[in-house]
Amino acid sequence: MSELRHEILHLSNVSRHFSGLKALSDVSLSVNKGEVVGLIGPNGAGKTTLVNTICGVTPASSGVVTFDGRDITRIKTYQSARLGLSRTFQIVQPFAEYSALDNVAAAALFSQPGESLKSAREAARAHLAFVGLDAQADQSAATLTLAMRKRLELAKALAMKPKLLFLDEVNAGLNSAEVERATKLIHQLAADGITIVMIEHLMKVVLNVCTRIAVLHNGRLIADGAPRDIIRDPAVVDAYLGQQYAQRNAARG
Amino acid sequence: MTRTNIALLVLIACVAALPLFGDAYAMRLGTMACMYAIFALSWNIVGGFAGYPSFATAAFFGLGAYTTGILMNKGVPLSVSLLGALVLCLVLAAALGAVLLRLRGHYFAIASLSLVEVFRELVNNATDLTGGGMGLNIPLVSGSSVLSDATFFFYAMWGLLLLTALVVIAVSASKLGFGLNCIRQNETASNMVGLNSTLHKAVAFGLSACFVGAAGGLYAAWVHYIDPSDVFDILYSVKPIVMALMGGLGSPLGVVCGAFVYLGLEEVVWRNYIQIHSGVLGVLIILLLLFLPHGLISLHASKIWRGLFGRKAKHV
Repeated sequence: MSELRHEILHLSNVSRHFSGLKALSDVSLSVNKGEVVGLIGPNGAGKTTLVNTICGVTPASSGVVTFDGRDITRIKTYQSARLGLSRTFQIVQPFAEYSALDNVAAAALFSQPGESLKSAREAARAHLAFVGLDAQADQSAATLTLAMRKRLELAKALAMKPKLLFLDEVNAGLNSAEVERATKLIHQLAADGITIVMIEHLMKVVLNVCTRIAVLHNGRLIADGAPRDIIRDPAVVDAYLGQQYAQRNAARG
Repeated sequence: MTRTNIALLVLIACVAALPLFGDAYAMRLGTMACMYAIFALSWNIVGGFAGYPSFATAAFFGLGAYTTGILMNKGVPLSVSLLGALVLCLVLAAALGAVLLRLRGHYFAIASLSLVEVFRELVNNATDLTGGGMGLNIPLVSGSSVLSDATFFFYAMWGLLLLTALVVIAVSASKLGFGLNCIRQNETASNMVGLNSTLHKAVAFGLSACFVGAAGGLYAAWVHYIDPSDVFDILYSVKPIVMALMGGLGSPLGVVCGAFVYLGLEEVVWRNYIQIHSGVLGVLIILLLLFLPHGLISLHASKIWRGLFGRKAKHV
């Protein structure tokens, strides 16, 4: 998968503070092409801030972010989108009045300069079909269920032809059947060779799809490595997973 | 082209027949109707499509009026002066828009309102150029007779309305219009899908100012005399918003209907309640907004539209 070891994203000593609050301190992380990296950590650890910092929503206070060999530390959000960084939002962000189709068309239209509205809508149909929303294509986004809106977010992100896809809690608020469905989609994306960084609280999903896990705690990266090592790491157990999880895990072998 | 846009062009074409029936008074009313419709259509680009409630209409109306007035006093022909006003308003508004449209909601509304005050004070103080508070006389254009003068300005204003409508229709069907609608619905998501919202908003603000500026220029040439308190009247900023709300926010056909209905109300109320006209007009507007919150176009949309096409009319 990553024989080439081609690095697509690199963060070196990235910090971000909001006046007095240090949301991220000295985070260094690199992501190789084709990897599926799980980003875990307790609430408020800085996971979403990290994604926001990479995408240019809240640029880093210090440190350097490079994407595909290019310094993107001070880049604007729309520019990062055009470079091939796309994301879904934890709290879904649809264009509420637009149909599902036009939501996805907007993503195809504006992320690729020169795209026409007509061809964007055609591309949008294919992405809606991929996430299983083709029947809802003409429904306005406001009328979709939460699970559908999460999948709509995914379709939008895919329409941007991402090189690197951030998934911010795509499974939060979904029931187990819906989680299974979403997990299957993520597997498919990974199989298609899209590099993925996913923020996720469901360890079952993380262990199922991720090739590597990075753990944030109080804005610091406290662990980064293979899934089976991470879940035994005492620092991670202390900060996030909890003793119970570790014992159950040990019992299972 | 959508049906509402065709209806809009038909409506504007009908207005052009007015001189066949009208006297000088009807022509004056027709000219005002076209001017109001230009205001409403222009405001709708930034207020209706992008969702930024602008109070800057009066600022660019006045700027256009003074630009045209000053140029004509220097011997520049009317057409060139108008073009100058249009281009100046387009460029200046786009530049200001890139800065002002970083503010949202009430903050943007107040900032755009302050533009009117700033421009008025500038004009007031540049006495050498503008005549300051004394006002500015503008040379006559045709001047053969009252009626031919009225006809000329009616058709000039009508032509400008047609141009505005065509540009607005083109915008609403374009990538720009699609993007402005995205910005209104969710600006965060717009940026995230690669939409340069600053550029979109700046262009929208420029387009919403340039035709208002040209209308100001025509107005100045029409009335031959302008002063700062006349053309920088804050009511020119408020009226388009009322028209858009009355007609139906976001819909070009709606806002033009709103403009015509508003002018009709204004005239009827003015004639019958000369002492308390603004009070009566205010009450009427409040009643209309209370009982028809989505504007006149919603009558159309909810009853006829759904029956014909099986879905709700969209903001396109």
